[in-house]
Amino acid sequence: MKIVVPVKRVIDANVKVRLKSDGSAVDSDNVKMSMNPFDEIAVEEAIRLKEAGVAGEIVAVSIGSDACQDVLRSALAMGADRALLIRTEAVLEPLAVAKLLREVVAREQPQLVICGKQSTDGDANQAGQMLAGLLGWPQATFASKLDIGADGATVTREIDGGLEIIAVTLPAVVTTDLRLNSPRYTTLPNIMKAKKKPLDVIALDEFGVDTRPRLTTLGLAEPAARSAGVRVADVAELLAKLKNEAKVI
Amino acid sequence: MDFQLTEEQIAFQDSAREFARHELAPYAAHWDEEEVFPKDTLRRAGEMGFCGLYTPQQYGGLGLTRLDAAIVFEELAAGCTSTAAYLTIHNMVSWMIGSFARAEVAEQWGPALASGAKLGSYCLTEPGAGSDAANLRTRAERDGDVYRLNGSKAFISGAGSTDVLVVMARTGGTGAKGISAFVVPADLPGISYGKKERKMGWNSQPTRTITFDNVAVPSANLLGEEGQGFTFAMKGLDGGRINIATCSVGTAQAALEAAARYVQERQQFGQALAEFQTVQFRLADMSTELVAARQMVRLAAWKLDSGSPDATAYCAMAKRFVTDAGFKVVNEALQLFGGYGYIKEYPLERHLRDSRVHQILEGTNEIMRVIVARRLLQDGALETLR
Ligand SMILES: Cc1cc2nc3c(=O)[nH]c(=O)nc-3n(C[C@H](O)[C@H](O)[C@H](O)COP(=O)(O)OP(=O)(O)OC[C@H]3O[C@@H](n4cnc5c(N)ncnc54)[C@H](O)[C@@H]3O)c2cc1C
Ligand SMILES: Cc1cc2nc3c(=O)[nH]c(=O)nc-3n(C[C@H](O)[C@H](O)[C@H](O)COP(=O)(O)OP(=O)(O)OC[C@H]3O[C@@H](n4cnc5c(N)ncnc54)[C@H](O)[C@@H]3O)c2cc1C
Repeated sequence: MKIVVPVKRVIDANVKVRLKSDGSAVDSDNVKMSMNPFDEIAVEEAIRLKEAGVAGEIVAVSIGSDACQDVLRSALAMGADRALLIRTEAVLEPLAVAKLLREVVAREQPQLVICGKQSTDGDANQAGQMLAGLLGWPQATFASKLDIGADGATVTREIDGGLEIIAVTLPAVVTTDLRLNSPRYTTLPNIMKAKKKPLDVIALDEFGVDTRPRLTTLGLAEPAARSAGVRVADVAELLAKLKNEAKVI
Repeated sequence: MDFQLTEEQIAFQDSAREFARHELAPYAAHWDEEEVFPKDTLRRAGEMGFCGLYTPQQYGGLGLTRLDAAIVFEELAAGCTSTAAYLTIHNMVSWMIGSFARAEVAEQWGPALASGAKLGSYCLTEPGAGSDAANLRTRAERDGDVYRLNGSKAFISGAGSTDVLVVMARTGGTGAKGISAFVVPADLPGISYGKKERKMGWNSQPTRTITFDNVAVPSANLLGEEGQGFTFAMKGLDGGRINIATCSVGTAQAALEAAARYVQERQQFGQALAEFQTVQFRLADMSTELVAARQMVRLAAWKLDSGSPDATAYCAMAKRFVTDAGFKVVNEALQLFGGYGYIKEYPLERHLRDSRVHQILEGTNEIMRVIVARRLLQDGALETLR
């Protein structure tokens, strides 16, 4: 069984995100970038399936500039077999990403696509679902457990208020939640081996897919700075504030 | 000329940083307080590749450059100075065995050392021979197909908990040329270990004296030939000095980051400490000196990698400059924490205790000046030493 894992290059989770001084975009110049954490979980899950003898080949795919080769190398260092970069300077919306991934699926013919449930930059939580829709495949989102059986996959999903267990036939799209696994460290020997694994680069134009934006960004704003806490004199004042100011009770 | 790390070096750095953040930093205070030598963690460090960074690939190492290794050690030291420093000594031992031992001995120990399954110690210093190491007295007498070792070593890092010792001992006459180096299994009959020294810092690794009483070491365990031991020991230390210096850089970086955060949070006189220009200037100087120190280490590492005839002098310069600068930065970071810098709730006092010894061991900073001066007073040396 072949698995395709899309990986996105995002601002590192340890970096404090700032807007550019003119407010036009998030400042990503000279900022540490890493693989989207949910995608790391997806790569890890694919590798575990391979180690368990369930999966054969793992192909990591990224869409973006040449700089994205570093997250592909990380995926290779973790244990993916091959990598594919769809090169573009444009920032794509989830639908464009899903359309391109559909083309990758057409070329690679995987039985399973494991995506992160969302990327930590856009937080859209759409690409996996849209891809399943475009392919007409079943989808199992927010996975916290994934078992591959003879005639499909059993997936435990994290939903509001609990867990849901569903069965899907393959091929399918699975998106990962935080508790699915903890990704392994990339060891130095594996980083060195990853250098020799194949990484193909294909220009976005070669896919002939309409990736034009459908959305217009009206503006960006930083969240309000957290203000200092206040002391309340007694429980009565606390209740009054929760009722009248915070309006939570 | 390009100061940018390669893509692979950045990946090594990220890998070491992740490991340090999750496997070292959370435990460093406990290891210090309870004097725990974290063997399990060292084993995991071995799986990461950190136990044989520049050991030849043929003997299980990664065969990386000293510059690569410096980048890795810096990140590890930011997590736990003392454990990272032991790892640097272990790497030095692993490299010496991989580079100078007979093939069968290198095969026996190399892969086990590079994987962290076995640990090593470097045994040069003696009670009566510290700075004047070439005056060491431990003797190794040839007796058939063994050498018989007699004497004692002092201040040996890891001793009592390690599996193999690289021992410098005298096989010939006085001076450096009479010294040979041996690979000695740590449990051979006749080896005894002194009590664990109680130390100011470096508490996650034991330091002990070792006594050799007629210890029979197979003659095949001689590194190279008789009389080459001191040269090997000094070659090991060239790299060791870069490593120790880089441990100071990593520790100082951790201290600087902690201080920069703290002064933005801590309010006195109705404002954050960071709003006082004197505090800003202090941070600016700390950061400036730390950048200079880091580049100095990397220059020395590069000199060693490229086989420069001046490498020894550059390594000595780097060790002197960087361990002094690192200690100063840590001390100033501690100062910026006020009273909180002095108490164990915060890591600053540990950073200070741990990095202090870097000015003393692997050659004191005075001996570094001896080495630099000896080179620079040679005719024409200042043409190349610049
Ligand atoms: C925690 C720790 C771990 C160690 N680990 C190891 C180890 O694993 N293996 C190992 O072999 N050794 C190890 N050492 C030993 C270390 O390398 C020595 O302590 C160091 O070389 C200094 O030797 P010494 O202590 O005998 O001091 P001394 O040589 O007695 O020096 C005392 C003072 O005199 C100064 N001095 C000496 N000679 C001169 C000179 N010619 N000109 C100017 N000043 C001079 C020195 O700079 C120093 O300030 C360790 C030491 C410590 C503290
Ligand atoms: C072991 C110990 C024992 C002590 N014993 C006592 C005791 O018995 N009784 C007692 O009352 N106190 C005691 N103290 C408290 C001690 O006096 C304070 O820690 C000290 O005054 C510093 O205050 P702080 O820790 O709040 O640091 P902060 O005032 O927060 O200072 C932090 C840093 O900012 C700098 N800074 C602050 N303001 C300025 C400024 N305007 N311009 C430039 N730099 C500035 C400081 O110099 C320092 O480097 C003790 C402290 C320790 C560690």
